[in-house]
Amino acid sequence: MAVKPSNMTLNRRKFLATAAVAGATGATTGGVLPASATEPQAPQRLPSALPPNAHVAAAETEVPNISPYSTEGRPASDFMVDVIKTLDIKYLPANPASSYRALHESLIDYGKNTMPEYLTCTHEEVAVGIAHGYYKIANKPLITVCHGTVGLMHATINIYNAFCDRVPVIVIAGNDLDAAHRAPGVPTIHSAQDINAIVREFTKWDDTPVSAQHFAQSFVRAYQMATTPPCAPVVIALDNGLAQEPIRDYGQQLYIPKFVPMAAPAGELGAVREAARLLVGAEHPVIVADRAVNTQNGIALLVQLAELLQAPVVRQRARLNFPTTHYLSRPASVIAQADVILGLELSDYWDTVNQFVDNNAEGVGTVYSRIKPGTRLISIGASQLMTKSNYQDFERFQSVDVPIAGDVEATLPSLIEAVKLALPDDRKDVIDQRGAAIRKDHESSRATTLQAAAIAWDASPISTARLCAEIYAQIKDLDWSLVPSSGNVSGWPQRLWPMEKHYHWTGTSGGYGVGWGAPASVGGALANRDDGRFSVSIQSDGDLMYAPGALWTAARHRIPLLAVMHNNRGYHQEVMHVQRLASFRDRVVSTGSDLGPIGTSIMNPDIEYHKLAQSMGWWAKGPIVDPADLGPALKEAVAVVQSGQPALLNVWSQPR
Amino acid sequence: MRMGMRFVRGSRAPALAALVAIAAIVAGASGSARADGDAQKGKAAFVSHGCWECHGFSGQGGETSNGKVIARTLLPLDAFVSFVRNTNGEMPPFKEAIISDAELADIYTYLQSLPQPKAARDIPLLNDRRSQ
Repeated sequence: MAVKPSNMTLNRRKFLATAAVAGATGATTGGVLPASATEPQAPQRLPSALPPNAHVAAAETEVPNISPYSTEGRPASDFMVDVIKTLDIKYLPANPASSYRALHESLIDYGKNTMPEYLTCTHEEVAVGIAHGYYKIANKPLITVCHGTVGLMHATINIYNAFCDRVPVIVIAGNDLDAAHRAPGVPTIHSAQDINAIVREFTKWDDTPVSAQHFAQSFVRAYQMATTPPCAPVVIALDNGLAQEPIRDYGQQLYIPKFVPMAAPAGELGAVREAARLLVGAEHPVIVADRAVNTQNGIALLVQLAELLQAPVVRQRARLNFPTTHYLSRPASVIAQADVILGLELSDYWDTVNQFVDNNAEGVGTVYSRIKPGTRLISIGASQLMTKSNYQDFERFQSVDVPIAGDVEATLPSLIEAVKLALPDDRKDVIDQRGAAIRKDHESSRATTLQAAAIAWDASPISTARLCAEIYAQIKDLDWSLVPSSGNVSGWPQRLWPMEKHYHWTGTSGGYGVGWGAPASVGGALANRDDGRFSVSIQSDGDLMYAPGALWTAARHRIPLLAVMHNNRGYHQEVMHVQRLASFRDRVVSTGSDLGPIGTSIMNPDIEYHKLAQSMGWWAKGPIVDPADLGPALKEAVAVVQSGQPALLNVWSQPR
Repeated sequence: MRMGMRFVRGSRAPALAALVAIAAIVAGASGSARADGDAQKGKAAFVSHGCWECHGFSGQGGETSNGKVIARTLLPLDAFVSFVRNTNGEMPPFKEAIISDAELADIYTYLQSLPQPKAARDIPLLNDRRSQ
C-alpha cells in the first residue's frame, strides 16, 4: 500500500464527512456542490448526518458506563480493539490480509492477542465455519475478519450456512474506501464501494462506519442484533484508511457504548393460551422440534412440556432439542396419528406435514399429506421475524392454525404455565394412559433399531451402524461431544448414542453448503477444549476436500478433536440423483471406471486422508477397511486426543 | 418447465409400491419364492446397476428415505421383480432396458445368499450402553 503524505491538509475522515454533508445538501438544494471536485478545501468537521434529535442525543451522551476516551493521536484501530474487547469475544479465526492490517497489528500488539485471540486460518470459509461450530457448543459468538472483496466472497458459503442456521457470527469486512488515497493495483481491485452488498441478503444487519465513534456504535449494535433471536451473522465494513489513521475526536471525547443483552421475543400470551387449549384437548398431540432450543435449560423446558402432555416429541436435526433416551422421543411416523401438532422453530413446516416424493423424470414429484384431515397446526418460531426475499431458505408456505412469532426458549415457560392452567383434572388419567402406551412403543422400537444395526455388522466397507457403535464404545466413559459433523450416516449416532446434553449433538449446518463440516467441527472442538470436554466428529470425505485447511488450524492451535472419516468415496447424494434420473429415462447410467455415475465418485485415485492429516500435524491412521481393525484404532486415537492433539482415522465406509 | 405436481391428500405412501410389497410378503409366506440365479453374477450386477447406492453393499439399507433393508428379502422373486419394475416411490423403476429379468434373478439370489445377521443381543457393542 502506498505511503500517504503526513502533511495532507485534508484528512480522509473530514473529506468523507464533507462529501456526506454535500450529498445531504444536494438532496435539498438541487445538488450544487460547495467545493471544487478536483481541489477540495479542508472544511470544518461537520456531522456526517443530520443533527441528532433530543432523544438520540440523550441516548448517545447520557448512557451510564460510557467511558470517555482520551486517545487523540493514537491509531483508530487501537480504539477498535478496545471496543471489541468490551464484548468478551474469546477468539478471532481469520486469514491475514492487507485490507485489515491496521486492525491486525492492533489486535496482536496493542491488544496482546487476547480476548480475542487470533487463530490463523487458511481460508475465510474455514474461519466462519469455526465461528459457527463454536457458537453451537458455547452459545457465544466469535468474530472474524475477511479480506476485501475476495475474502468476503470466500466466506460467503459459511455465512449463508450460519444465516440459515440462525447462528450469530460477527464478520468484519476489510475494505479501503478512499479511491483517491488507497494503493493502486491489487488493494484497489480488492476494494468495493459497498462491500457488505456481497452478503447483505443473508446477514441480519450491516454497516460501514466512517469514524472511530461510528465504529464503536455500530460494532456494539451489530453484536446486540446478532445475538438477539432470530440470531444471524452481521457485517461491519472496516475502512482500512480509517483504521490506520490517528484518532481525531473533533473536540468530542470518544466513548464505547455498553452492551446490554436484549431480551428474546416471546410469543403473545393470548396465542400461547390458545395453543395450550388445543394441546390439552388433543387425543394425540405431537411436538416437532427443529431449530428450537440451544441450551440445556431449553431441553429441560421441552421435557417438562412433553411430560405434562405425555406427547411424543419428533426430533428434527437442526439441534438436539430433546434427549434421545427419553421415552417420549419418537420417530416422525407418529405425525400421521396426530390431531394437534406443535411445531417448534421448524425450518420446513410444509415438509413436516407433507411428503414430496421425487419420483418422476420431470422433477415435479408427487406430494402426499403426512397428516389426517382436520389436524390442527401450531407453530412457535422467531425465524419469521427475519425473512428475506432472494434466498429461499424459508421453504414452501404452510398455513398454520395458531402461528406464534417468538423465540421457542423464551416462550416455553409461558406455554408450560398455560398448559398447567388449561389441564382439567379429569384429563390426567387419559394423558397418563397415553404416556404408558408411548413408553411401550419406545421400548419395542429400541429393539428393532438395535437389530437393524446388526445387519452387515461384519461387512467391508464398514457399515455406518458399526462405525458409530465402535466410536461410542470408546468415548462412552468420557464427557463427550459429537461436534458439528457432515455426511449422512443414516442417523446412527442419534439412534444409538444416549444424547442428553445440548453439546452431545448440536445439529446440522443450516444451509447444507458442503465445506462446513470440517471447520465447524474444529470450532466445536475449540469450545469443548475450554470446558475440558472430549470432541469427536464424523467427517465425510467430500466435505473435507472443500476446506481441508481446517485441519491445519486445529493442529496449529492445539485443538483436540477425533475426526473419524465416513469415507464412502463419493458425493453420495449426487450418486443417487444421477442414478434416479437415468432410471426414469430408461437409460443405463455411465460409470466409467468408477462405481458411481461419472462425476460423482471420489476414487481413482483414492484420497489418502490420513496422509493429508499427517501433513498438517495430525496423528492419523488408515485406510481402515476391516471392521475388526476399527476398535483398536479408535482406542489409540482417543488416547492421542486426550493428550491434547487432533487425530484422524480414515475409515472406508458403506455409502450411508 | 415444471408443470405442477400431483397432490394426494390423506395418502401416506407411494401406493403401488406399498401394495406390491404387501402382496409380495403375503406371497412369500405361502412359499412361492424361488432363487435360481447366480449369486456371484448377482453381486456384480448389484454393484454395476447401482443397487448399493441406496441399499448398501450388503443390502443393509439406510434410514427412512434412504433404501430399505433388502438383505435376505422376504419377497418372492416375482414380487421382487414386479417391485423393481413398477415402484413409484423414492426408488426409481428399473425397466428391462436397464436391467434384465435374468440379472434381477441373479441379484435376488445374491441377496438371499447374504449371511443371516447376528442377533443384536449377541453383539456386545449393541448391548453395552444405557437403553435409550
